[in-house]
Amino acid sequence: MGNEGFKAFTLKSLTDEEYYLPGNAACPGCAAVMALRIGLKVLGPRTIVVVPACCMSVVQGYYPKTPSKVPIFNTAFAASAATGAGIRAALDIKGIRDVNVVCWAGDGGTADIGIQSLSGAAERGDDLIYVCYDNEAYMNTGTQRSGSTPEGARTTTTITGKSEWKKDVPGIMMAHRIPYVATACTSYPIDFANKLRRAVSMKGTSYIHLLSPCPPGWRYPAEKTVEVGKLAVETGAWILYEWFEGRCRLTGPSIGLAERSKRRPLEQYLEIQGRFSNADPSKIAEMRRRIDEEWERILGLCHD
Amino acid sequence: MVDAPLSKATEGAGGLTGMWRIKRPEVDSSRCTKCHLCWLFCPEGVVRRGSKGEVWVVYEFCKGCGICAEVCTPRAISMVREV
Amino acid sequence: MFATGNHAVAYGVKAARAEVIAAYPITPQTQIIEKLSEFIERGEMGAKFLRVESEHSAMAACIGASACGARAFTATSSQGLLYMSEMVFWAGLGSFPVVMAVVTRTLAPPWSIWNEHTDILSQRDAGWITIMCGSVQEAYDTAIQAFRIAEDRRVRQPVMFGLDAFSLSHTSERLNLIGQEGADAYLPAPEGHWRVVDVQEPATFGNLVGPERMMEIRYSVKRRVDDSAGVIEEAASEFSRISGRAQTGLVEEYRTSDAEVILVVVGASSGDAKDAADLLRDEGIRAGVARLRVIRPFPAERIGAALGGCRNVAVVDIDYSFGYGGIIGHEVASVTGVRPFNYIAGIGGRDLGVRDFAGIARDALRRGEAGDERREIWWGMKDSKPSL
Repeated sequence: MGNEGFKAFTLKSLTDEEYYLPGNAACPGCAAVMALRIGLKVLGPRTIVVVPACCMSVVQGYYPKTPSKVPIFNTAFAASAATGAGIRAALDIKGIRDVNVVCWAGDGGTADIGIQSLSGAAERGDDLIYVCYDNEAYMNTGTQRSGSTPEGARTTTTITGKSEWKKDVPGIMMAHRIPYVATACTSYPIDFANKLRRAVSMKGTSYIHLLSPCPPGWRYPAEKTVEVGKLAVETGAWILYEWFEGRCRLTGPSIGLAERSKRRPLEQYLEIQGRFSNADPSKIAEMRRRIDEEWERILGLCHD
Repeated sequence: MVDAPLSKATEGAGGLTGMWRIKRPEVDSSRCTKCHLCWLFCPEGVVRRGSKGEVWVVYEFCKGCGICAEVCTPRAISMVREV
Repeated sequence: MFATGNHAVAYGVKAARAEVIAAYPITPQTQIIEKLSEFIERGEMGAKFLRVESEHSAMAACIGASACGARAFTATSSQGLLYMSEMVFWAGLGSFPVVMAVVTRTLAPPWSIWNEHTDILSQRDAGWITIMCGSVQEAYDTAIQAFRIAEDRRVRQPVMFGLDAFSLSHTSERLNLIGQEGADAYLPAPEGHWRVVDVQEPATFGNLVGPERMMEIRYSVKRRVDDSAGVIEEAASEFSRISGRAQTGLVEEYRTSDAEVILVVVGASSGDAKDAADLLRDEGIRAGVARLRVIRPFPAERIGAALGGCRNVAVVDIDYSFGYGGIIGHEVASVTGVRPFNYIAGIGGRDLGVRDFAGIARDALRRGEAGDERREIWWGMKDSKPSL
């Protein structure tokens, strides 16, 4: 396991073949579709994607058209992991061993309504790759808050800013002791591609939590999507890591940010987004404290 | 396959999304360093790269989000108002 | 051999060579999935068993498996069926030929583990062929037929079949198996023609459909559920041929042709109803029983013909639709000339035996002769006089 035979992707080595065709119904600047486009280049044509109710359902546009050159099975909101488990069972019984089964779900269908079926699949060790693209709210229905919405963020159901903290789904998945848990960010597609590749190489349940900035929901201009994701990582608000074989490993720019002073000021991440316009200094101080806590926890898991 | 409502892959599944935009990206090939960050980050996949590393935009579906211009390090892409 | 209704289902599903089973335990269904687990772990059955964490996930997993062309099965009851309901509709509207056994059980609150049909009837709009079994033998026979009906190209819809809690699920009766050769001849290996997920022919299933296309998609489901009536009868007669035993198709008629009072029943209590009819016949009352084996597609013609010229029809509902009435009673009323008397009985496992059926038949006759307008009667209630 580990790095044997693991050839990392580079920008040049990613295929030019497009598996998620242009002219889909995603918002301009959507990070989730950006990541799916790259993800399918990694996964290839022998891939089945399970999509529960979320932005990615609607992004597919109207029947009889779809942007996807790989099979997509649309399922109910709570059901992506269970549906994926059923698909894997059918492939197994038919002796088909070389097809990726990938759940591509939003934070709602993962952290909230979908957590039960995800937990069940993880506990059973169903052979799937679960990617949660986290735009931190129920964006498909117009930006209502989810368990994954961060503290202080304004949504249509937390108008003055969410008071609860963000549910730690990667931590929950680590507690299930599945073979692979990783965080990623759409602004670092090669890092994401390599994590997907590693997930493909592992049997059992793999989980990737992909921070996915959303222009209309986070209230920033569409062209800033990559910059917003970069600021999330560079301020330390989002930590890039992989967790397998019992320990965490920081990846990408997060490697250099274990030391607090190396991180950009959190305000740079918050000020570019309209959803944090209500965050006063005490709230920001609380956010900073939580970020430090999270860094401590992850660094603790990085021990040799 | 079975006679069921199954959708087939096609460009423009969301319509003629090129009509959505207000600005269009213009590539100045003299400044382009062929780093392909625009190709990597285009959410739509309408920035294409050729065998010699050159890039171009498929305007039919470009939504004008402006990400390509933002990530272009040599500032070879500019967003030009169309509407 | 002797077997309970639940075990008979397991034997049937084994003979049918189900490929993927995803199920969650609930009283009184547990013995179905326990027996199937036993078969699989002993190597007698080559299926994949997904020990899912809820009924909703059970049906989601069955749908995922069916979407890839596998033969999928699950079983549940009452609360589990309701929890699963979103996915039950997903299977029906999506035309996935999943097969499900439902051990009919009273809905909560308050808690009850005993019989009621409201659970299985609550799903009657979901596009599933719905069958209610009358005996242990029929539970086994129906389990096998269910897959053949579901997978028939003219149908391609899921099939659920019910067993009364305890009086069928846990009651032992004689069971004759048809043997694996017979089962394989009757039900060939799943070719999976219904699959919608295929990496060789990639497509997207289930994305948005606009107003201009949805009705036609639904109409296709409607047509195939309607057409399933013929397929159900074919499946039954073919099964009769290979098993050497008579099979009921849509409706079972017992001594109805000259009856002056007919009991319309659903499920295992039909055995007692038939005994009651015999008892009454011995006393000179021309009683008969019409058992609705198939609830969906509703066998309007067959039940209408069975009840034909009979002026006193007593429909017994072990279910209720608040603000309306007995579900079967109203459905039957819509196709018969004479309005039936609708007896609400047996809910929550309230005793419903031979004496009750005889009493109901007599009561219906009496009311009919008296020109009684009151049509809904709650039978066996604490403040009423004992039956017979």
